[in-house]
Amino acid sequence: MFSNILIYFVVIPVLMLAGLALCRNIKQIRAVAVTGSLALTALSIYLLVEYLALHAADPAAPMHFLGQWDWFKPLHIQLAVGVDGISVAMIILSSIILLTGSFASWKIDPMPKEFFLWLILLSVGVFGFFISIDLFTMFMFYEVALIPMYLLIGVWGSGNKNYSAMKLTLMLMGGSAFLMLGLIGIYYHSAENPADLTWNILKISENASISTGWQYFLFPMTFVGFGVLGAMFPFHTWSPDGHASAPTAVSMLHAGVLMKLGGYGCFRVAIYLMPQAAHDLAWIFLILTGISVVYGAFSACVQTDLKYINAYSSVSHCGLVIFAILMLNTTAMTGAIMQMLSHGLMTALFFALIGMIYGRTHTRDITKMGGLMKIMPFLSVCYVIAGFASLGLPGLSGFVAEMTIFVGSFEHADMFHRVFTIVACCSIVITAVYILRVVGKLLLGPVQDEHHLALTDATWWERTATVTLIISVAAIGCFPNFFANLIRWTFTPEIFSVIGMN
Amino acid sequence: MDYSQFLAMKQEISLLVLFLLVFLNDTFLPARAQSSIGKITCLLFGLFTLWGFCPVVVGDSVVSAFAGMYETSPVIVAIKNILNVGVLIVLIQSLKWTSSEHQVIRRGEFYELLLITLFGMYLMISGRHFLVFIIGLESASLPLAAMVAFNKRRYESHEAAAKYILTAVFSSAILLMGLSFVYGLTGTLYFHHIAEGIASAASANIVLLVIAIAFVMSGMGFKLSLVPFHLWTADVYQGAPTSVTSYLSVISKGSAAFAFLVILWHVFGQVYAEAWEWMLYALIILTITIGNLFAIRQKNLKRFLAFSSISQAGYIMLGIVGNNPMGEAALMYYILVYIFSNLAAFGVIGAIENNCGKVSMDDYNGLYKTNPRLAVTMMLAMFSLAGIPPFAGFFSKFFIFTSAINQGSVSIYVLVLIALINTIISLYYYLLVVKAMFIKDEDELTVAPFRSAFSERLGMWICVAGILALGIVSCFYDSLLNVVGIG
Repeated sequence: MFSNILIYFVVIPVLMLAGLALCRNIKQIRAVAVTGSLALTALSIYLLVEYLALHAADPAAPMHFLGQWDWFKPLHIQLAVGVDGISVAMIILSSIILLTGSFASWKIDPMPKEFFLWLILLSVGVFGFFISIDLFTMFMFYEVALIPMYLLIGVWGSGNKNYSAMKLTLMLMGGSAFLMLGLIGIYYHSAENPADLTWNILKISENASISTGWQYFLFPMTFVGFGVLGAMFPFHTWSPDGHASAPTAVSMLHAGVLMKLGGYGCFRVAIYLMPQAAHDLAWIFLILTGISVVYGAFSACVQTDLKYINAYSSVSHCGLVIFAILMLNTTAMTGAIMQMLSHGLMTALFFALIGMIYGRTHTRDITKMGGLMKIMPFLSVCYVIAGFASLGLPGLSGFVAEMTIFVGSFEHADMFHRVFTIVACCSIVITAVYILRVVGKLLLGPVQDEHHLALTDATWWERTATVTLIISVAAIGCFPNFFANLIRWTFTPEIFSVIGMN
Repeated sequence: MDYSQFLAMKQEISLLVLFLLVFLNDTFLPARAQSSIGKITCLLFGLFTLWGFCPVVVGDSVVSAFAGMYETSPVIVAIKNILNVGVLIVLIQSLKWTSSEHQVIRRGEFYELLLITLFGMYLMISGRHFLVFIIGLESASLPLAAMVAFNKRRYESHEAAAKYILTAVFSSAILLMGLSFVYGLTGTLYFHHIAEGIASAASANIVLLVIAIAFVMSGMGFKLSLVPFHLWTADVYQGAPTSVTSYLSVISKGSAAFAFLVILWHVFGQVYAEAWEWMLYALIILTITIGNLFAIRQKNLKRFLAFSSISQAGYIMLGIVGNNPMGEAALMYYILVYIFSNLAAFGVIGAIENNCGKVSMDDYNGLYKTNPRLAVTMMLAMFSLAGIPPFAGFFSKFFIFTSAINQGSVSIYVLVLIALINTIISLYYYLLVVKAMFIKDEDELTVAPFRSAFSERLGMWICVAGILALGIVSCFYDSLLNVVGIG
């Protein structure tokens, strides 16, 4: 079991939990958090190298590093792991954001130990989710990642935190209620013969024994279940409140990684296992996600709270992820995963910067701030870079991802897809509006509050966090082909042969 | 007469011996020796629990004794063992309370009454003739009324006892009424004879049969506090001493749930679709939903857990729907996990009540600041009851849903969906407790820091270990599946 490298993505965080439990002061806590997340980052880069080598040796295999161990044998529940290019990319994303999140919560107060315990527990869920290919284990890790949010927001949050924490938890768990029913349903239709029933995604996809009628029932269950976490309209309302109230590192992890669980699950479970229903029912969800894309962008334009602006912008960008997945062709789906990476990194950057600015000015209202470029030039420049990534400046990650998505979406020649692609394209312009508005008000212009003149610029740990994220955003922007290839290998013709598309 | 039949009653007979030892100790030994009666009972019961795991009855077959009136099988032994483990925890947790000032002169009675009710539950589970079953049922419920009234100086305790005994007697009357109809239809009270004759009785007079089953289900519904027969629950749970409440909510409920399963499937299984499927569905939906909705508004934690336990009983009933061995295993597993989770919660409530007499949810504000360990235990209990992984409650909920869906019809998907949506409602009110303990920031902390007694801590440690291990370590559920013959 421990010869499989993937297991260590769960083992290291669990060891970190044990280490944190023994810590006595803040220095030890920081040491454990940073060492552990550095180890995870190193391990994920090693995983990438190994994966590339394995893939070069055997390009036809759908997944590598496969391993399975019986857990509840009579129910065919296994601890089954395996990764493809998409999971590898997601694991790298998660470890980078966990690392930068640890730096961003350098001065967390009160109860730093409890804060990191919950944060690391959340990351256990995230990593476990991305390595699992067994529906039961996947679902279990999914819920492990959700519940720490309640206490993280409730205890360390700001503003209307009680309301936001409860709303977020209940809505996400509500989604997972549908999901659980969908998954159990998939299990009972996973094979013709009752003795061969399985939770293993690869085997279910191989058996392809879910009848079309059942697909029509189970697909919406799983898709909505994951879609809630992907902030799909009209189930997105948890997201603005939740992000606005959450502490910095939690906003980073939640917008950066947790919302990706939704998009990833939509693809890995709903579409991969039930392609026929996905093909037939995609239009319903295309309409919904089309609304989230445009609605999120417009809502962001009228907000004055920095976190609300980015939360609505996340609704818009994550809507684009699911929108692209539903296009069901290689180009758009590759774009979707690129967008997940890109949005994860740049939103984490945004929330980190907002947290740092808020920590100094004690307000997030853009009407009460101004001229920060003179006061804290480093943070302001980083904010501008994040903004450019978000509105899709070439050379940064946002451009590559959105370009790929819209090119892929335009491959559909019919009226319906064309109209919705054009509608979704409009969001790029609106994004520019709200990003430039914030940059103009917040960073340039006159200083609004004289007390702000005494504020200091970034400290070393803040610089570490932001620079790491900026480098990653630029890396995707400058070497898109490398990442696109890594992702595209998964979208093999076999997936699309079922749907009857190319 | 074949005296080897008594061997089949190994657990009942050893329980009686245990009871006699406690009784003799309480009655004849000098007062100085009596001071350790609680510890002696715990120790003996611990040995007895271990003894239950030793298979004396050979093989894994069903053993029937006394002309088929009594039956034991690996499944029955397993459920009795589960109950024993629960009783052991209750006994440990109640040590502090029984040696408190007002209880100390009557604590012998507490243990004796408790053991007698456990004996009654054994008979309920093992009885295969309605006469034996009723004797078991009565001796399981009547002494409980005395236990509920144990706080002699508290008015609520008396009120609760009066309510409990009236409902108990009333529900028995209804149950007996139903049984008389069954007897009229089939001419026998043996489970297997009724099962043989029930199909022809159904074709002869389906209306009478439906009425008979409705009466039986109502009678059992009172014991299990299913909605709409739940009205006694909250008052009794609130008024009774905490140790008795915890006993009522897990052991009494667990045994009644299993007995209900036996009656429904072994006696009325043949006429499931035509006579009582819809009744069971309605009971489950009502129980889960109403229990949850009422729990939201509760401020007293014992009333809160009363309504929570009502809705949990609804989830337990889902194990009956499946009509398969998987459902039976899932039901037993659910009871096992529920015992540990609920007793952890009651352990914390009892410890705080013994220390400063506070049981309101507002009193728990900021508990994490003053008593972090108690707060964490309570949080684990709440998460487990709400079904949050990686705690045991998640696994038991998942397995009971899986076993129910095994039946495969569309209506079962709807039923499970309703149950799943209800888990979200339940999550809301379980989180209210967590919120009070961790998030609410009061200037005045109501519960001062204190160190709970060793016995209370021991009880909580066992429960926490169970909550953490019962799910992740698969052997517990696997062995239950083995017992029912899967895997």
